[in-house]
Amino acid sequence: MADSIPLSGVLDLTPEEKHPRLWLEVMHDWIVTTDHKKIGLMYIAASLMFMAIGGIEVLLMRIQLARPESTFLSPEQYNQLFTLHGTTMIFFVAMPILFGFGNYMVPLMIGARDMAFPRLNAFSFWIFLFGALLLYYSILGGKGVFGGSGIPDQGWFAYAPLTSVAFSKSHAADYWALGILISGIGTIGTALNIVATTVCMRCKGMKLNRMPLFVWLMLVTSAMAVAAIPPLSAAQIMLLIDRFLGGHFFDTQAGGSAVLWAHFFWIFGHPEVYILIMPAFAFMNEIIPVFSRKAIFGYPAMVAASVGIAFISFTVWAHHMFTVGMSAAANTAFVLSSMIIAIPTGIKIFNWLATMWGGKIHFTVPMLFCTAFLFQFTLAGLTGIMLAVAPFNWQLHNSYFVIAHFHYVIIGGILFALFGAFYYWFPKMTGRMMSETLGKWHFWLFVLGFHMTFDFMHIVGLLGMPREIYTYQPGHHWAVWNMIVTIGAFVQAVAVIIFLVNLVRSHFKGDLAGNDPWDAWTLEWATTSPPPSYNFAEEPVVRSRRPLWDLKHPEDPDWKYEFETENRLAEQK
Amino acid sequence: MTTIPFTFDVKDDPWELPYRGSVGMWCLIVAESSMFLIFVVAYIFYMGKSLSGPTPREILSIPYFGTVCLLSSSITIHLSVNGLKKKSQLSFIGWLAGTILLGIIFLLGTAKEWVDLIYKHHFTIHTSLFGTTFYSLVGLHATHVLIGLLMLSVVLVLGLFGLVGEDQFHHFHSLSMYWHFVDAVWIAVFFTFYITPYLGLAA
Repeated sequence: MADSIPLSGVLDLTPEEKHPRLWLEVMHDWIVTTDHKKIGLMYIAASLMFMAIGGIEVLLMRIQLARPESTFLSPEQYNQLFTLHGTTMIFFVAMPILFGFGNYMVPLMIGARDMAFPRLNAFSFWIFLFGALLLYYSILGGKGVFGGSGIPDQGWFAYAPLTSVAFSKSHAADYWALGILISGIGTIGTALNIVATTVCMRCKGMKLNRMPLFVWLMLVTSAMAVAAIPPLSAAQIMLLIDRFLGGHFFDTQAGGSAVLWAHFFWIFGHPEVYILIMPAFAFMNEIIPVFSRKAIFGYPAMVAASVGIAFISFTVWAHHMFTVGMSAAANTAFVLSSMIIAIPTGIKIFNWLATMWGGKIHFTVPMLFCTAFLFQFTLAGLTGIMLAVAPFNWQLHNSYFVIAHFHYVIIGGILFALFGAFYYWFPKMTGRMMSETLGKWHFWLFVLGFHMTFDFMHIVGLLGMPREIYTYQPGHHWAVWNMIVTIGAFVQAVAVIIFLVNLVRSHFKGDLAGNDPWDAWTLEWATTSPPPSYNFAEEPVVRSRRPLWDLKHPEDPDWKYEFETENRLAEQK
Repeated sequence: MTTIPFTFDVKDDPWELPYRGSVGMWCLIVAESSMFLIFVVAYIFYMGKSLSGPTPREILSIPYFGTVCLLSSSITIHLSVNGLKKKSQLSFIGWLAGTILLGIIFLLGTAKEWVDLIYKHHFTIHTSLFGTTFYSLVGLHATHVLIGLLMLSVVLVLGLFGLVGEDQFHHFHSLSMYWHFVDAVWIAVFFTFYITPYLGLAA
C-alpha cells in the first residue's frame, strides 16, 4: 500500500521467554541498565521519592506558620527546612522528573532505539542520585568539628555571606554546594545526550519540521540546560574555593562582592525557570491536540516561540535583584527584557486555545490537568509581569507575593502539566490505564488545595508578610490567611496521596491499555505498551508530523497536504 | 483527491544525520565555554579591586614560549587527524606525540610560573582578590589541558599497539575538537591576564 507508512514490521512479535527471576537479578538489571526507558523510570521514581520528602518538609513549615507565635519548630529548624525544601524541589524533583520523561519519550517519538550515548545516560542518572543523597547526608554527617547545625540553612539561593565560613561553620554548606555541583554534572550529561539524540538519531523522514513538538521543546530545554547549568557549577566551585582554600570571591572583607554571587546564581536561576517550564509546555503540546482531536495550531509559531524564549531567558536574570540597588539603566533593561519574554509565552497560550477551539474536546484526566494549566499558568504570567515592574517589585520583593507567584508557575503550571503527563503516558510505560475515578478525585482536590494555598498567599504577601520568617506576631491580619494557606497545603497533600495510590494500584490492577489507548498520533503509540527494550523492531519511516494518523487514515494522510504545500512553494520559486 | 503524480517516497530520500560524537562534543564545548566565561567575568569584575597585594603588572610575566607551544599543538593535532584519515600510521603517531609533548611543555611552563609566584613573590590564592581569581581561572584551564593530555596519551598508547584505525577516526576527531577548544580558551585566558594590564583598564 503506497499510502501507509511501513510500520507493519515495527514489532517483533515473537513472545519473549519468561522465566521466574530472583529479586537480586531484577535489581541487577535495573542497576546496570543503559536502556533509556528504564533510566527514565528511575529518574521519575527517584524524583517522586524526593517530592515526598520535600512535601513533608513544607507541611512542617506550614504547620509552624498556621498560627502566630507558634513554637512547633525552632527558628533554626525552620531555616533548615526551607533550604532543604527549595533545593530538593528544584534540583532533585523538578529537573530530574522532567528529564526522566524526556529520556523515556524522546527516542520513542523520533523512532530511535536508544539515546545517542546510553552509557553516559546511565552515568548521568547515578551521579544525579549521588548528588541528591549527598545533600541529605549532611543531616547525618554535616556536623563538622566546629559544631553548629548539620543541615544547610542558608536558603536555596544561598546568598553570600551566609555561606561563608563565619556564618556556616559546619560542613552543611559544603554538602549543599557539592550535592548541587555533582548533580549538575548529571544534568549537563543528560541535556547533552538529548541534544545529540534529537540531532543525530531521528528515523528516516523525521525532518526537523516533522518532529513532534514534545521533542522540539526537549531539544530547546536541553540546549538551555547545557548553557545555563555551568554558571551555577562555576559559582559553586568559587564558593568551595572560598570555603576550603581561603579564596575571596564572595568575601566582602577582602573587597569581594556578595552581589556577584547573586548575579551568578540568577544567571543560572532564571534560565532554569524556563528549563523547567519548557518540558511542561512539551506535555501540553502532545496532550491538548490528542484530546481536542485536532492537529496542533501554529506548529512553526510554537517552535519559533520556544527558541525565542530560550534566547530571551538568558537576558532577564537581574529582575530577581531590583532591590540590590542597580543603576536605573540596568533596571530598565531588565524590566523590558522580562516583559518581552511574555510575548512568545503568550503566543503559546493562544496557540493552545486555538487548538482547542472548535475541537471535539474529551475531558479525560490528562486534559483536565492541561486545561487547569492554561488558566493557572496565565495567571502566574500576569503576576510575573507585575513583579517585572521595578517600582512594584521594590514594594513586594521577598514578600509572600513573590512566593505565591513562583509557586503558581511551578505548581499551577509545571506540576499540573506533569500530572497530566503521568495520566497520559502511564499506559505506555506500564501497559495499564490509571483509574479515571481516582484521577478525577486527585484533580479536583488538587485544584481546590492549590487555589486555597496560593491564591491567598498573594493576599498575605500584599499585606506585607516577608518570606523566610519562622513566625509572626498576631495583629497583622496575617493569621487567618495563613491558616487557610496551611489547610490548602494539606488538601494538596491528600490529593497527592490519592495520586500515589492510583499509581501503585493501576500498576497492578489497572485496565489493560493496549498499544494506543488515546488514539494518538506520535510514534511512541506505534509500539507495544510497555515498549520492548529495542523500541522498534524495524526502523519506522515517517512522512508527516502525525505518522500514526497517516497509518490509520490512508484515505486522507497528512503527508499529502505537506507534499502539496512543498510543491506549491517550489512552483512559486 | 490530488492529481499531482505521486512519486514521493521517503525511503529513497538520502538520509544522513551528523555524527553524534561531534554534536556531543559541541554541547560540551558550549557548557565549558559558559563556565569559563563566568570565571573570566569574575576576574574582570574584580580587576583593580584587590585591597592589598601585588598588581598583575608587578608580578606577571608574559608566557610567550608556553603560549606558542600550546597554540602550535592545534596545528600538530590537526596534522595527526589528517594522518589517521589518510591511513598514515607514521604521521598519525608522530604528530600525536608532538602534540602531547607541546602540551606537557605548556603545563611545565604553568607549573614554573606558579612556583615562582608562590615562593618568590609569596603570592597565593589567599593573598588578594587578584590571587583568588588568577589561580582559579589558570588552574581551571590547566586542569582541562591535563585532562586533554590524559585522553591523548590513551589514544597514543592504543595507537602504538595498532588499535586505532579508520573506525576510530570519528572518535579521534571529536577528541581533537576538545583540544582545539582548550587552545582557544587559552587565547581568552592569555588576553585576560597578560594583555589587560597593559591596556590601562585596571584602575
